[in-house]
Amino acid sequence: MSTISAPSDPSAVRAPRNIPDRLTLGWRRLQRWETLLLIVAVAIFIFNSFASPYFLDPWSLSDATYNFTEKAIVALAMSFVIIAGDIDLSVASIIALASTAMGAAAAAGADTPLLVAIGLGVGIVCGAFNGFLVTRFQVPSIVATIGTMSLFRGISYAVLGDQAYTKYPPSFAWFGQGYVWWVFTAEFVIFIVLAILLGILLHKTVFGRRVYALGNNPVAARFSGVRVDRIRFLLFIMTGTAAGIASVLLTSRLGATRPTIGTGIELEAVTMAVLGGVNILGGSGTIPGVVIAAFIMGLVTFGFGLLNVPGIVMSIFVGSLLIAVIALPILWRKFIHRRN
Amino acid sequence: MARILKNRNVMLGAVIVLLLIGIGIRNPRFVQPGNLVEVFNDSSILMMVALAQMLVILTKCIDLSVSANIALSGMIVAMLNFYFPGIPVVALIAISMMSGFALGAINGLFIWKLGIPSIVVTLGTMSVYRGSVFLLSGGAWVNSQQMSDSFKAFPRAIILGMPVLAWIGVVTVILIAIFLKMTRLGRSLYAAGGNPTAAVYAGIDVGRSRFYAYSIGGSIAGLAGYLWVSRYAVAYVEIAQGFELDTVAACVIGGISIAGGIGSVMGGVLGALFLGIVKNALPVIHISPFFQMAISGAVIIVAVVINARSERKVGRLILKEAQVPA
Repeated sequence: MSTISAPSDPSAVRAPRNIPDRLTLGWRRLQRWETLLLIVAVAIFIFNSFASPYFLDPWSLSDATYNFTEKAIVALAMSFVIIAGDIDLSVASIIALASTAMGAAAAAGADTPLLVAIGLGVGIVCGAFNGFLVTRFQVPSIVATIGTMSLFRGISYAVLGDQAYTKYPPSFAWFGQGYVWWVFTAEFVIFIVLAILLGILLHKTVFGRRVYALGNNPVAARFSGVRVDRIRFLLFIMTGTAAGIASVLLTSRLGATRPTIGTGIELEAVTMAVLGGVNILGGSGTIPGVVIAAFIMGLVTFGFGLLNVPGIVMSIFVGSLLIAVIALPILWRKFIHRRN
Repeated sequence: MARILKNRNVMLGAVIVLLLIGIGIRNPRFVQPGNLVEVFNDSSILMMVALAQMLVILTKCIDLSVSANIALSGMIVAMLNFYFPGIPVVALIAISMMSGFALGAINGLFIWKLGIPSIVVTLGTMSVYRGSVFLLSGGAWVNSQQMSDSFKAFPRAIILGMPVLAWIGVVTVILIAIFLKMTRLGRSLYAAGGNPTAAVYAGIDVGRSRFYAYSIGGSIAGLAGYLWVSRYAVAYVEIAQGFELDTVAACVIGGISIAGGIGSVMGGVLGALFLGIVKNALPVIHISPFFQMAISGAVIIVAVVINARSERKVGRLILKEAQVPA
């Protein structure tokens, strides 16, 4: 992404927010984006529990996690790519292609471990293809992945047409329908484990620091000895893998593969990342922020669902939320600026 | 000669001619003039909206809400036509363009006044506009019987052997070409996208140029909304879903740089025609239409790789964002 805007007021030119160096405490901490998100999440939670008597049931909350875990897994990896200054719009199509490959394998009699391996493998290969286009030919990632978005889902359409794969082995259903312990679903536990691993990777390792460096200034990062293209390549493999995982979960949950599977997930994943405080221009963002944003979107969707609000009306809310969370701080700064 | 061969539009034109010859060998009926007019007619909406997208892309932005704009503007005029069949078609066309203008202007205002990245704004408004179609219609369809005859007949009327829809496409192309070549605002779109910092120093208000690009593009999308619902004689919530990517694809195939500042009207037209021909030709040469998406994906990838080679940057920008004095 290289949407550079010439800022018209000095307050718009500022140091990137959300690069956590050390723990900030007290007032500074309160001003952080994640704190704001957490307050919003709690507010929605409280609102929902008043709005519907069915909300505060552990089992219904457990069901609510299905709304967002697959998307959130993609959003975690997407955050890395966006922080590094790229974007991957092909994730939903990777989900479709991986699901199609798993369906074909299942139809040929493959068992669960092989199916999972195929799902992840297709994700990795697709991600590597994106990474190859972006690093080898220096194609802007947004166009490259718009192209692969058509290509990957197009292959699914070419294979499936108006048909569907519906024969999956019974043990395959565990990923999308099983429970690890009490009300905690397999999907939810996988999401939390991935969130912790990726959080450590981004915030506690050299690799993570390099991702920030790359997103803030790729040229300076290159001059400082960061192997820019190699990291970008790895990050696209990462989103591909995350899409592969999401594909396994989604296919297992639905028990069927159609070429339309997962349509629109790329936009929801980007929305989650941006809502979570990831700068769409790259260079800043945190994993805890994205996790809280995922919960907010899940809670909102679920709460609306309990109130019988149609899905498309929720999308109005999500769209407005996306713009509002970015516009309000800017308006607030302008307001303060004018008062001084 | 070498210069002609290097010209992208000539190359793309040659590819289209080869494509037509190839299809013609498989099925001669496809390349008969009558059918070619039909293919052109069928590609007209894509051509118009691709040029709308091009205006925005030239300024280093992107409009993902363009297809939701088509759906909302289309639904507005379809419902007006249903409830007030007396409103003349010309007025409805004007209303669709005004609605499209307003929707585009909302995008433009966020980008101009608040400096929010275009992809975020239009990602958000895409959902909001599409959801508004649902709120407006209650999820119901406006179908063929509920539309007045004149509403449906207008784009189908034949003038000089071509339907009005195709003529509107031609006129739009000419107007945009004049706008981009001859007007100060048109040139400023190139400047705003080619080098925003330099454009500011040259006295161009980059944000304002973007606002106009979105507003003009929005009006075209609104007009396309009317044309869409009247041509297909149905209006519903999911109209044109995913069409925004087709428009971006047409631009990319036509050599319009997603990084802004580079691109010609001819390129956008040829890109749209290429996609339109592929779409129309597949059933004729007995390839399942389900292959269309994969083919256009492959074509986009080839096109961007070729673009990337011809667009190698000459200079290096060390600072990510040059500071501009207010």
